[in-house]
Amino acid sequence: MEHIRTPKVEQVKLLDRFSNKSVTGTLHLTATHLIFVESNSTSAQEIWILHHHIASVEKLSLTTSGCPLLIQCRNFRLVHFVIPRERDCHDIYSSLLRLLRPVSYDELYAFSYNPKQNDQQREEGWQLIDLAAEFERMGVPCDQWQLTDVNREYKVCKTYPRDVYVPITASKPIIVGSSKFRSKGRFPVLTYFYQEKKAAVCRCSQPLSGFSARCLEDEHMLQAISKANHNSRYIYVMDTRPKLNALANRAAGKGYENEDNYSNIRFQFVGIENIHVMRGSLQKLLEGVGTRSLSMTDYLVGLENSGWLRHIKAIMDAAIFLAKAVTVEGASVLVHCSDGWDRTAQVCALGSLLMDPYYRTIKGFMVLIEKDWISFGHKFADRCDQLDPDPKEVSPIFTQFLECVWQLTEQFPQAFEFSEWFLIQIHEHVHSCQFGNFLGNSQRQREDLQLKERTYSLWAHLLSENQNYLNPLFSPSFAESHPVLEPSTQAYHFKFWRNMYNQYDRSMHPRQSILKHVLTLQESNRELEGTVQALKTKLQKFGVNTSPLKPQTPPRECSLPPRPQSLILGAPLLSRKEVQQEEDEEVFGEEAREDAPASTGGERTVEGSSATENSYGELMGSFGSKNEPGVVTLEFGVARMTC
Amino acid sequence: MEFAELIKTPRVDGVVLRRPFMPTVEGTLCLTGHHLILSSRQDNTEELWLLHANIDSTEKRFVGSLGTIIVKCKDLRVIQLDIPGMEECLNIASSIEALSTLDSVSLMYPFFYRPLFEVIEDGWQSFVPEESFKDLESMTDEWRLSEVNKDFSVCPSYPSLLTVPRDIDDESLCKAASFRHGGRFPVLSYYHKKNGMVIMRAAQPLTGTNGRRCKEDEKLINATLCAGKRGYIIDTRTIAVAQQAKARGGGFEQEANYPQWRRIHKAIERSNVLQDSLIKLVEACNDQSHSMDRWLSKLEASNWQSNVKEILTTACLAAQCIDREGASVLVHGTEGTDSTLQVTSLAQIILDPACRTIRGFEVLIEREWLQAGHPFQQRCAQSAYSNGKLRSEAPVFLLFLDCVWQILRQFPCSFQFNENLLIMLFEHAYASQFGTFLGNCVAERGKLQLSQKTVSLWSWVNRPQELERFLNPLYEPNNLVIWPSVAPQSLLLWEGVFLRWNRSTKCLDEAYQEMVHIIEYNKELQNKVNSLRRQLAQLETEDSPLQTP
Repeated sequence: MEHIRTPKVEQVKLLDRFSNKSVTGTLHLTATHLIFVESNSTSAQEIWILHHHIASVEKLSLTTSGCPLLIQCRNFRLVHFVIPRERDCHDIYSSLLRLLRPVSYDELYAFSYNPKQNDQQREEGWQLIDLAAEFERMGVPCDQWQLTDVNREYKVCKTYPRDVYVPITASKPIIVGSSKFRSKGRFPVLTYFYQEKKAAVCRCSQPLSGFSARCLEDEHMLQAISKANHNSRYIYVMDTRPKLNALANRAAGKGYENEDNYSNIRFQFVGIENIHVMRGSLQKLLEGVGTRSLSMTDYLVGLENSGWLRHIKAIMDAAIFLAKAVTVEGASVLVHCSDGWDRTAQVCALGSLLMDPYYRTIKGFMVLIEKDWISFGHKFADRCDQLDPDPKEVSPIFTQFLECVWQLTEQFPQAFEFSEWFLIQIHEHVHSCQFGNFLGNSQRQREDLQLKERTYSLWAHLLSENQNYLNPLFSPSFAESHPVLEPSTQAYHFKFWRNMYNQYDRSMHPRQSILKHVLTLQESNRELEGTVQALKTKLQKFGVNTSPLKPQTPPRECSLPPRPQSLILGAPLLSRKEVQQEEDEEVFGEEAREDAPASTGGERTVEGSSATENSYGELMGSFGSKNEPGVVTLEFGVARMTC
Repeated sequence: MEFAELIKTPRVDGVVLRRPFMPTVEGTLCLTGHHLILSSRQDNTEELWLLHANIDSTEKRFVGSLGTIIVKCKDLRVIQLDIPGMEECLNIASSIEALSTLDSVSLMYPFFYRPLFEVIEDGWQSFVPEESFKDLESMTDEWRLSEVNKDFSVCPSYPSLLTVPRDIDDESLCKAASFRHGGRFPVLSYYHKKNGMVIMRAAQPLTGTNGRRCKEDEKLINATLCAGKRGYIIDTRTIAVAQQAKARGGGFEQEANYPQWRRIHKAIERSNVLQDSLIKLVEACNDQSHSMDRWLSKLEASNWQSNVKEILTTACLAAQCIDREGASVLVHGTEGTDSTLQVTSLAQIILDPACRTIRGFEVLIEREWLQAGHPFQQRCAQSAYSNGKLRSEAPVFLLFLDCVWQILRQFPCSFQFNENLLIMLFEHAYASQFGTFLGNCVAERGKLQLSQKTVSLWSWVNRPQELERFLNPLYEPNNLVIWPSVAPQSLLLWEGVFLRWNRSTKCLDEAYQEMVHIIEYNKELQNKVNSLRRQLAQLETEDSPLQTP
């Protein structure tokens, strides 16, 4: 590869972000990855960093031990290398600069990634999610809503999908007229249909109303949406922007709906900030939580000053407003912001997830992302900085959506089929460009890139290993008792998502993970059930009749001890390789390892279980401090569960 | 005094009880000497039984003739009672006020409480110092039990039996005691079996401004060091605070006089500051404004989480000295009854797997808090709703429990007990039917004759029926030292205590039950497999003679 000047540098030091520890190893540069392999042969840890994940590379000033290279990743990993020779450092630096800024889509990893599947498998992967089937599931088309072919050739709106659903009474001239009155031609279309009340969630972009302009077709369009729902005389129009922003837009000939011009609308601002504010907020948040020896005061002040949780709460509040309007009042709602692809996507997707239990399953969540984010043209390429580096377009809009879902999983531990590992994995791949799903900015662009022929689908990949992402506490019956989620929006219910934003800072994570433990038990239960069956069959050959296995309905009387006030599901995300390693270690028992000589272990998988790494105080090893013991693994493995 | 004198209106009908996340109850309010009772006299409706001692403060409001009393409890609960009739309301309010602030300990409920359960194991006899000493004796002969404080004259706040270095005689102990605040000379707190290192605790040395020294004190603590070894003195105060203490006769160990020891200063806050922190935190948690910025800034301003972090960090540091540096540690602050005990007891939880069992944890509370003379009665006289006129109230013990909870969160499979035990201890430290947390030290408890006149909390907790509530289903014994993370991102607000009454926990409760179910089902299946295997093996051995000719 012509951009790689130095494929390999030895004797590179990797510094830990929060302690003074470091390890030495070899740095490899490939066409797709930057790889660090620890020299210690017994426990060589490897770090693989996709070039696409790298957000920035910084060469710091030369020190006595070498030239420091600071790499910041979009998945919130931060690595700090020290390269002995400045020349090597410069080569790596300039190679990376070129590699992490691909100039054309063809250079993205997805086009070279090959998971050893044949064309048929690839095609099947892309067919997993079918949006037409999804609308059918909602009960659309129906007597009030129909599929229109007006955008078949992307002529009316370039950033919408080909297939969009509109009220039966909205004729083509009305649609076209309305689209001309909306930013980027994004006219009102159906995104979710709440069958029970026949109420619709529609989305669009802001109207080009300026100070006084109006458009009869657009007014008809909203009228048509209203008429399609007999349950309510009015529809809500939610402008997800702060009022001030919307007002400012009027000066540019854009703006918001004038209630006087539209009959029977209830207009509402909900005040979610724009992409620039969100970008700045995340940056402040990361600066805060990335500080070494962070004090509690600085942490909390940083959290507050970043405004991050305030923004998360604003999105949640908006989604709750939407869900209430639809499910309680039975009113249809039209959601927009400026262009209708950021805040609108957040609110529509989150609102739908609150209303419909299907979206809380693994498959359903994929469908939801496919619908409200991918097909309706959330600009993944721009927001996630895939290609053209325009820093002003980058913004963590989708990350915020994932976080809102995570906040919900904390309040409703049994409502979701998936665990936070699933959310973190999706986040990883939104930025990895390893799969085709999130490439480009719109459906049309994806077709031009022939992604379905040239790349693989993430959904197939995730489904193939879905047992890693299951929430062991998920209860399908929860959906029956809670079809609509009603989360509390008290400020104290919103927590900092450590397992996302400090996901690679393992020393901060709980050392034992309840999620992992319970998942393991559940897997073991399935195996044991099989063993019981097999043993019974054998026994029957001896003519012994055994009582049928007790069904798995729990004796849910009060015999269970009451629950402590909190439940921890947080768990470090491990690659399967790491999990395997820990399982292997488990066999040897824990005590033996505690006293194992330091030389055999180095630091292996258990970052953070040692005293020194946590920097409790200023001991400075003045009395000749001892080496760290080998391995102090406290994670639970599978090994002990098999019998 | 008769309680009846304080109860002007013992009964009011038509009172409405309002609590967050619970249906309102209308019924009859009754006042007894120790309880406020509200009963709807209908089946299936929960009654309210509230100990007067649990009431932290009350407020009253009137709208016409309808009076409202807001009752704020020491367990942080806030309830509202709507009482028809102005006079009734005023009477009830003044009775509650009087009954919840009784001065005399001997009028407290534990002296009147008769258990409805049979006491199988008397908690007053469960933890005797001689027993723990036997364990120690089996490991080392470097220590002895001293009776120097038999009549509590050497140190009023210490128990009568103390573990001290074998080679130090009682006379030296007395001299060392006179050199330490409150007579709290250095005693053994914890012996680390793995390497023989120890944690000792004391009060500050009385060096004063002219640098007094005490040979016996120096000899005493040096006697705990092995030849050629050095130790650490962890002073829980900042160097500035320790310097200031000199002016009031206190001080810290001078390097020159203790050359084998290195002093480390940490910054654990004093009790009045901690009480202020608790009041602010609870105020923040009860703020219903839904504003994120307001919540975060109030949480930060309360400093509660900072206090948790500082205490936990200091405890980890002590544990690190012992286990990693192989050095003994002496811990003290000013009086040696507050921050000192937080540090020594938390270090033991980190170091000693026994302290992570229910029994071991009880032993720890008994030894490091009750026997060690933490003044529970003074510290827990008022809680977060106390207004003004504070004396020596401080959530020192609550902070310790919070730190234990933080470690439990990070090592959810390493503790035999669950969060319920910690919350229960918090409640009973502040208001209880049991006598365990009455009094400020062993000597006072003896005078009050608590062991004869009241029931021990442990008598109740250790009953199998009760214990079940406190068991952690995830527990798998773990013999390792457990090093918690003290990064702010790792420390969480203890919702189980601070948001307990401010949220609905139905969804979380059900999820917990599901988890318990998965664990129980696993055990059941394992047993089933084992029994089937045995059955099969038996049949196969019976059959085998037939198959082989």
